[in-house]
Amino acid sequence: MATRVGPGDDEPPVSGAAPGPAVAAGAPPGPAVAVRDLVKRYPKRPVNAVDGVSFSVAVGEVFGLLGPNGAGKTTTIGILTTRVAPSGGRAEIAGVDVVADPVAARRQLAVVPQRANLDQALSARRNLLFHAAYFGMGPAERSARADELLAQFGLTDRADDKVDRFSGGQVQRLLIARALMHNPRVLFLDEPSAGLDPQARLFIWDRIRDLRTAGVTVLLTTHDMDEAAALADRVGVMDQGKLLALDTPAALVERIGGASTLDVGIGLGAHGDLPALLGGLAALPGVDHLDRVSPDGPGGPGGPGGPGGPGGPAGAGAPHPSPTSVRVRIYGTGDATTLLVPVAGVLEKHGATPRDLTLGRPTLEDVFISLTGRGLRG
Amino acid sequence: MTVTETTATPGGTLARTAGPCGGAPGTWAVFRQILWRDVYVTLRSMPTFLAQVVLQPLFLVFVFGKVLTELGYARADYSDLLLPGVIALTCVLTGLQGTALPMVIDFSYTREIEDRLMAPLPTDAVALEKVVFGALRGLIAAVVMFPVGILVLGHIPFDAARLPLLVVVLILATIVGSAMGLALGALVRPDQINIVFALVLTPLLFTGCSQYPWPSLSVLPWFKVATLFNPLTYASEGMRAAMEPSVAHMNPVVAVVVLAACCAGFIGLGGWGFRRRALD
Repeated sequence: MATRVGPGDDEPPVSGAAPGPAVAAGAPPGPAVAVRDLVKRYPKRPVNAVDGVSFSVAVGEVFGLLGPNGAGKTTTIGILTTRVAPSGGRAEIAGVDVVADPVAARRQLAVVPQRANLDQALSARRNLLFHAAYFGMGPAERSARADELLAQFGLTDRADDKVDRFSGGQVQRLLIARALMHNPRVLFLDEPSAGLDPQARLFIWDRIRDLRTAGVTVLLTTHDMDEAAALADRVGVMDQGKLLALDTPAALVERIGGASTLDVGIGLGAHGDLPALLGGLAALPGVDHLDRVSPDGPGGPGGPGGPGGPGGPAGAGAPHPSPTSVRVRIYGTGDATTLLVPVAGVLEKHGATPRDLTLGRPTLEDVFISLTGRGLRG
Repeated sequence: MTVTETTATPGGTLARTAGPCGGAPGTWAVFRQILWRDVYVTLRSMPTFLAQVVLQPLFLVFVFGKVLTELGYARADYSDLLLPGVIALTCVLTGLQGTALPMVIDFSYTREIEDRLMAPLPTDAVALEKVVFGALRGLIAAVVMFPVGILVLGHIPFDAARLPLLVVVLILATIVGSAMGLALGALVRPDQINIVFALVLTPLLFTGCSQYPWPSLSVLPWFKVATLFNPLTYASEGMRAAMEPSVAHMNPVVAVVVLAACCAGFIGLGGWGFRRRALD
């Protein structure tokens, strides 16, 4: 039944090269970011924060690192941006080894960190000007560039205000503007739209698309599936320090199988045999596989592997001893509407009743859950 | 995705060729810029800065040098040996406080130092800039103490022939203060900085021979030995040797050599701690 990709599969299937966006003039040949067998081990920690990760990002590509909290995304970015010393492996930015020559690597890159680190003592404009001065930009050039970017990010009227009164969205916009001051080849964005309102999020997304057009390579981390699907040319799914899959969002969704989904909330009969019921559903013609999903949020009884499937990597709790209701997501091989009548038949046979039905298509979120399980992360 | 498309704006500014700007700046050029950032911020809050650094020594000189001598509880010449000690104290404490506390806040709360850590220069140079800037602050505070001394005491001890020694001791004292600040700021956890400050500052303040000459401690031999573990002792004694040589004082060569060694030691220790904080 279930054909799933999981941590049990050793090699993350890496599919073809990135689509070919605009390539920056004068860029060195080769990938913008190259990571090979990267390992980060912290003392007194049982598992590696980054555990043998390899990938490369083409010049001008928008690359998303997707994963739950603690998956190792931020640590990976930390190594690439010279702020974390790797325990093993190699990391290069535009051909520069970040360990051997961190100063040269910093000239090529810029970071928008997860936590704001603006200079609180300075105005918005001075934040940009000093940043550019650190990178050797002349006074006239940096002044013109700061004005341009302030306008571009809608901050012209706040330019001379100190940044400690800025809203979350303004801070994030200024952080990105500052990162762009020195024309980096590679921009790292760590959770760029976390905590922002929808307007600010869409604004940031548009700016990231602009960067792609301008040939800037973007590497972003997120646990927002919509963000990854909307922005990234390719997505790497990370969990527990490992890269589990790496492909275009469309190919990843295709890989979990199922052309459409049917979510069914099921009220169980008094003497219902749940495993038999789920087995019956999975055995229906036209069903690719099914997952139990939680009826009442993440704390509810949901098994990561579905009936008989392999356990998820997160080790979610055992199913509730005698649930009165369950919720399953059925992945159909074709049009899920054709499953409605057979599913109702199976439910009736086991004395269960359908409570609600939702038709849908698999999303990146299904890929994510399929790869990383349902267990809560720290 | 129609929503995002309707809000899209043209590429404009962003649509320029990616790639580092200009020529690659040298370490010294970047160092000057990050030093200028700290100077710029201080210049914009000069009254606050002066209040921070001048108030405590001003009161020390006034109460001990003026009030106590006027009331007859201290000898009239006490102010002559006190002022060099207070200037040394100002050098060391201003450097220490001005470096340690902002660094703790920088690393834990505002994280604003990260922009400089991401600048194209070695991490050690960022640490060194903190020492240089802390020393500059200490030097300004110490220089201000001379007119303050004249104003409060009427005159200050000064020996033009010993001006070079005065300058050397001033510079070394401010560097040792900010280097100690670098070590404290980089090595102490943010949640412990209050207790560490209490444990370090008070003994530093009172065992550094700034209020009494070191040779006179022969009547308290154990304390005379204890004061030798405080770098401020050498700064105070060096200042006395430079400003009021008639007061019995430690050999200035010893004071200068020990101060220089302390500078090197604390810069090494602080630089190591700073690298550990900056690089995970």
